[in-house]
Amino acid sequence: MGGGTAGTMAANKLRKELSASDWQITVIDADDDHRYQPGYLFMPFGTYQPEQVTKSRRATLNSRVDLQYGEIDVIRPEEQVVALADGREFAYDMLIIATGVSPRPDQSDGMLGEHWRDSVHEFYSYEGSVALSEKLKDWPGGRLVINIVDMPIKCPVAPLEFAFLADGFFSEKGMRDKVQMTYVTPLPGAFTKPIAAQAFGNTLEDKSIEVEADFMLMEIDNDKKALVSYDDREIPFDLLVTVPLNMGQEFIGRSGLGDELNLVPVDKFTQVSTQYDTIFALGDANNIPASKAGSVAHFEIDIFVENFMQHIAGKEMTHRFDGHANCFIETGGGKAMLIDFNYDYEPLPGKFPYAGVGPMNLLKESRINHLGKLAFRWIYWNVLMPGRPMPLPALMSLKGKRTDLLETDENKEPALSA
Amino acid sequence: MATTVINGKELAVDDEGFMTEYDQWDESIGQELATVIGVDMTDDHWKVIRFLRDDFQAKGETPTIRRVSTAGGVDTKTLFRLFPKKPAKKMSYIAGLPKPHGCV
Repeated sequence: MGGGTAGTMAANKLRKELSASDWQITVIDADDDHRYQPGYLFMPFGTYQPEQVTKSRRATLNSRVDLQYGEIDVIRPEEQVVALADGREFAYDMLIIATGVSPRPDQSDGMLGEHWRDSVHEFYSYEGSVALSEKLKDWPGGRLVINIVDMPIKCPVAPLEFAFLADGFFSEKGMRDKVQMTYVTPLPGAFTKPIAAQAFGNTLEDKSIEVEADFMLMEIDNDKKALVSYDDREIPFDLLVTVPLNMGQEFIGRSGLGDELNLVPVDKFTQVSTQYDTIFALGDANNIPASKAGSVAHFEIDIFVENFMQHIAGKEMTHRFDGHANCFIETGGGKAMLIDFNYDYEPLPGKFPYAGVGPMNLLKESRINHLGKLAFRWIYWNVLMPGRPMPLPALMSLKGKRTDLLETDENKEPALSA
Repeated sequence: MATTVINGKELAVDDEGFMTEYDQWDESIGQELATVIGVDMTDDHWKVIRFLRDDFQAKGETPTIRRVSTAGGVDTKTLFRLFPKKPAKKMSYIAGLPKPHGCV
């Protein structure tokens, strides 16, 4: 279920592994628009045009994978049946839930009020990103507030990147002095990992971006045009760019398969459902304590395919996903950082993917990292989605990383925490 | 790795004083940690702390304020009353769990 990043990779990879006479693969999705979601960050600033972030799901899937369009109504896991809203039913032997998470502005009081898509914006949906790009074209300046409602969110660094890119965007337009920027987060700070925090150093101060931390949004006051927190702080805005609460799909809750955010509880090493051994949840749709990001889905699915083959053969799954993530962070001015981390290791400085050589730099701003991020769109469509091999190991490697910066007890390679 | 001594027990902590070893915690230590940050523990406080402990064990992650409210049954307003100003940080500190974090 779901023909986005995770579902497409899983279907295409499994199609190569599974015998066509034994296994039929069907993908169900609502429409044919596969979005390159990392592009949503760039569209507001005119770096990418809407047509550059969309391809046909059908064309992105292996031709021997069946694609059905429809809204999912409910899963009946005991019967191993998926029912669609139009009445069609699909029986399954194995089910993969890869329906991601969606921004839910309806979950915050006042967000869908009179200022929605006027001075209250988001860039986590295609429509939102397009609307924000229109808004920024002739916005005269004022108080720009960037806000995260709550964690977890897709691509947790994207709001920071938005702040950095906005700083560069307004500087280039010669109007940075007309924009007052505030970054409002429910976390204890903009940076929460000590080594990364040090690497970013005074980036926010240098860019004159104020930080309001520990801010739990209670409501958006439409009369005052202000964010209001549970501890009665008010932050007025002329333009709000918020990241609404991210939730899994409603049908997951209806099917009794989700937690309070409709995320599917799974084993964090194998992504098999904690309730049914006929169900896996991949990518953003599951509840593993890793970042919700395409790179995580990619590494996870490399491991998943090996486990899945053992599982259907009635064997024990012996491969363990480590929560590996690898993300470029745009810092503005044509530069970017790169971070590489997993369940056990926070982002560390160093070289990637080859120790001593790079060419990418970890936790350090560079032009080549930025070019890597832009090149990634091509890699996404042409290498990742078709399920072609990437020259990157699925599990995180410590080679090339400055592990000496970690506190002594953690310098040793830990056994993966159970 | 830094350590601190509470109730005669040597505990592993990070540089902000958050405990780093789940199994070193017990309720008497929680009580002491609460005193350190000026929180007067009541039954309502303990209900929250016990939820945090159980949920961390089940999920491997400190629950967010939203999760404490929806899955733990203590609403956000109440959490701000019980643990003023910074409930997420104070709850996890008392419960001997890592504070909520992002990826950088």
